[in-house]
Amino acid sequence: MPPAQGRLSPAGSVLSFKRVRAVRVHLRGPRRETLELAGRRTVAQVLAELGIDPGTVLVIRGDELLTPDVVLGAEDEVEVRPVVSGG
Amino acid sequence: MRCTVCRGQAVIDIPRHHSAFCRDHFFEHFRSQVRRAIREWDMLAPGQRVLVAVSGGKDSLALWDVLLDLGYQADGLYLDLGIGDYSCRSLEACQRFAQEHGATLHVVAVEEQYGLPVPQLARANRRATCAVCGTTKRYTFNRTARQLGYDVLATGHNLDDEAAALLGNLLHWNVDYLARQAPVLPARDGLVKRIKPLYRLGERETAAYAVLRRIDYVVDECPHAVGAKELLYKEALNLIERQSPGSKQSLLFGFLEKGRQFFGIYEPPPLRPCAECGEPTTAQVCAQCRLVRRAREAVAALKPLRRDAPADGEEER
Repeated sequence: MPPAQGRLSPAGSVLSFKRVRAVRVHLRGPRRETLELAGRRTVAQVLAELGIDPGTVLVIRGDELLTPDVVLGAEDEVEVRPVVSGG
Repeated sequence: MRCTVCRGQAVIDIPRHHSAFCRDHFFEHFRSQVRRAIREWDMLAPGQRVLVAVSGGKDSLALWDVLLDLGYQADGLYLDLGIGDYSCRSLEACQRFAQEHGATLHVVAVEEQYGLPVPQLARANRRATCAVCGTTKRYTFNRTARQLGYDVLATGHNLDDEAAALLGNLLHWNVDYLARQAPVLPARDGLVKRIKPLYRLGERETAAYAVLRRIDYVVDECPHAVGAKELLYKEALNLIERQSPGSKQSLLFGFLEKGRQFFGIYEPPPLRPCAECGEPTTAQVCAQCRLVRRAREAVAALKPLRRDAPADGEEER
């Protein structure tokens, strides 16, 4: 479910209800989890918020690769895939 | 972001080249870097048979794909290390690729060859899994390539791998390794020629190539790679690269062009046939035979060795 924002009446009941569109981010690799980030932001901003070095991952939406300037929003779903391997 | 070549929508930015490419021009960039590596280092001649060591990961499958695409006669060799579910998924990825491309894949299982899979071989020798894995891979790749009559053995080492290896060798002044670190190791005394055609491409580029070519590779890392020194070196280099794009390339290419020559005084040690298996070695008995012998001794001493017990870090099937 996307995160929601509401405004409460003095009695505590919801007067109006607005859904905030969220970006779903699936992290692959060791940090395997799915996050929801409310509001529009660029790929570069998403990575900065998550503390991820853009040189170490690919950001994938469906079967397309996204450059740092692409704006995400409107319930976009992206995968952040690490590219560093070794051992 | 626009493609540097055609101004179309870019799919990848490459800060060290101050470039971004659309899908088609990224493929052209990728192929041209591989062609340049092959030409400048005299890696492959037309008609030569090349065996690509494939792990199921992005680099080796991207290498196999681009060599086939460039028209080389490239077959694959998968070494089943016996690392639980990880090895099963890796083998499946290689088999899928071979089937989709109508290519030949050779499969060799470590357990069949040496009696134990790699994690147990390492345990029995009381050595790090990655060290035993490296020795076993080098030995088996070379022996298999020579026995099957291939001219060249190709591995998927990329710019990041080579820069990290160089940093490690410099930190410890491994002069013998520095003398030999190059995208080509020529054939000599039973060693098949080894080449690294992806050394001009970063691992973000090899991953992007694999995704855009719809290569279904294994994304997860080997469970034994956690804490590996190579990852530490890569982390350090990535930190520098982020502030100063092109640093990794400058380190590696500068070494190959200017620095490596100074280590030429360190001649590679002479090779002779292993007293037990006949494979080339610098010792009386090669490292692989010593590993196998110690494992057999450990099995005999600890009978019954719990071969079904998972090694450290390995998941249950």
